[in-house]
Amino acid sequence: MSSAVVRWGVRRPEMLGLGALLLAGGLLAAVGTRLLTGPLAVLALGTVFASIVALVVVATMGTPETRRKIAPYGLLKPGMLWLALFYLAPLFTLLRLSLSTLPSRFAVEANFDWNFDNYVTAFTDFGPQFQRAFMYSGIATILTIAIGYPLAYVIAFRGGKFRNLLLGLVVIPFFTSYLIRTIAWRSILSDNGIATGMIGKFRLTWMLETMGMMDNGRLINTPAAVIFGLTYNFLPFMILPIYVSLEKVDVRLVDAAKDLYSTSTSAFRKVVVPLSLPGVFAGTLLTFIPAAGDFVNALYLGSPNTTMIGNSIQDQFLVQNNVPLASAMSFVLMLIITVFVIIYSRFFGTEDLA
Amino acid sequence: MSAPSSRGGRVARFALNAYAGLALLYLFVPIVWIVVFSFNKPKGNYNVAWQQFTLENWKNPFSDESLTNAFVESLKIAAISTVIATVLGSMIAIALARYKFRGSGGLNFFLVLPLTTPEIVLGSSLATLFLDWNVTRGFTTVVIAHIMFQVSFVALTVRARVRGFDWTLEQAAQDLGATPVRTFWKVTFPLILPGILAAALLSFALSLDDFIITLFNAGSLVTFPLYINGSFRVKFPPEVNVLASAILFVSVALMLMGTLWGARGRRKSTA
Repeated sequence: MSSAVVRWGVRRPEMLGLGALLLAGGLLAAVGTRLLTGPLAVLALGTVFASIVALVVVATMGTPETRRKIAPYGLLKPGMLWLALFYLAPLFTLLRLSLSTLPSRFAVEANFDWNFDNYVTAFTDFGPQFQRAFMYSGIATILTIAIGYPLAYVIAFRGGKFRNLLLGLVVIPFFTSYLIRTIAWRSILSDNGIATGMIGKFRLTWMLETMGMMDNGRLINTPAAVIFGLTYNFLPFMILPIYVSLEKVDVRLVDAAKDLYSTSTSAFRKVVVPLSLPGVFAGTLLTFIPAAGDFVNALYLGSPNTTMIGNSIQDQFLVQNNVPLASAMSFVLMLIITVFVIIYSRFFGTEDLA
Repeated sequence: MSAPSSRGGRVARFALNAYAGLALLYLFVPIVWIVVFSFNKPKGNYNVAWQQFTLENWKNPFSDESLTNAFVESLKIAAISTVIATVLGSMIAIALARYKFRGSGGLNFFLVLPLTTPEIVLGSSLATLFLDWNVTRGFTTVVIAHIMFQVSFVALTVRARVRGFDWTLEQAAQDLGATPVRTFWKVTFPLILPGILAAALLSFALSLDDFIITLFNAGSLVTFPLYINGSFRVKFPPEVNVLASAILFVSVALMLMGTLWGARGRRKSTA
């Protein structure tokens, strides 16, 4: 058999490599979701194993040309199979559990019976949480652009030899724990904290209250505090991609625009901004998506009136033990975000997201 | 860029620099708080109000036994998952950067997906898989989960680093009679190693700090972030600040060493 594989493989090695990779990934995911059980699962795992053996056989016995063509698939295989089993398969079990019923409140095993009630409950009982999740993360994303773009711009165009140092400074805060950073903000924004004290001293309380950033003289436990925390925690994910795209902008283009009697402002608007849009696009995805699913900021900086969908999923899954409902909410969150990404990339899309 | 000549231009330039400076300062506010409060001697269980300067916390950072255990668990998980994810991710990165092949676009897209899926979806979906398998969640499931999100991260980071790599060097080595295996270990690997190490360092930090995905897959296991979250209702000891500051200082030191090493390597190769 192996000689047949080698002969066929010599003619179309890349098809053999790609086919074996996709087949093995698909079969592994199918076994992982228990679509294939019993003898079929054994057969599937055997095929996965055989595809790896075939790859090794072709790679060792083939010509250099064959080897070169088969190499990328061999290099990809272990990592991709890991993702097939522990990223792709779980999404299917999540979907199946979201359509299942718990026989009783304390049951461990849910029965799959195409039960769409979980989705109905997700929308009727948790509408406000979904709304808050997307509203808070949306506002936070806009704020990260407002804060991050100028900083990225200054580092890219005026950083000079300090560019790398400044970039390092942007990254350094994120080597301390996410939770502890948020707890630090909780302490700073608390009723006896530095921020509230300073605002009181400068008599700015009324101003912040009219702006909706304070509530009865409190900074903490308000929607503004949650948005503030999200903005802080995801800021570097906006700064770094914007910086990467600004760094590539050829300064001579700006000079050329000015030579052609463009003002600084219009040179910025018509030359720099369009060239930096891929960075803003990537930054928006990297900020908005994790922020929409976040529950840490709402947990530590918010109140029961500011919970986001992440809080509800965590509560239903790990505290209330209603895994099917939590799965439905999780799945809806993922669907909404996917639709957002597709629409968004139609309007602003670029290929080099990564 | 040409220097702005008008007075308005200078003012605008200064205003923008000041704004950027403030933004950078904003990033450091909680960091300063964490480090400063690691030297605090708190009254009661919560280290949130400034009382008095002390070095006690830094002398005995491991006085809280459950905190120490959680921290050690986190280090073990991060070490194991980072080694495995770095190997798997670097292989993917080399495949994507080195070769042109059929299906690379689709596979590339698949690789980005885990990074654009909210952590709560990654965590809860993986937990449903383990529930479905009747696997007790604990150390192993957390390691599996961490490898899952680290692989994509390492692959994309390393690929970005090796993009500018001159692959004709491999050709040269083989023309001089080196076998492909020897070429890889003697030529390619030493040159891409700094990129791989940088990605490994970052993904180690990601693992050490991961809270959401870990929470769903930890079962009764307690890691460093899970300890902080679990104990926050009753206490927030200064040792937490000490360990967080220590992680920060070690990472910064490693980053600096990496930068210096990279700079030396560049000088050597251009000399």
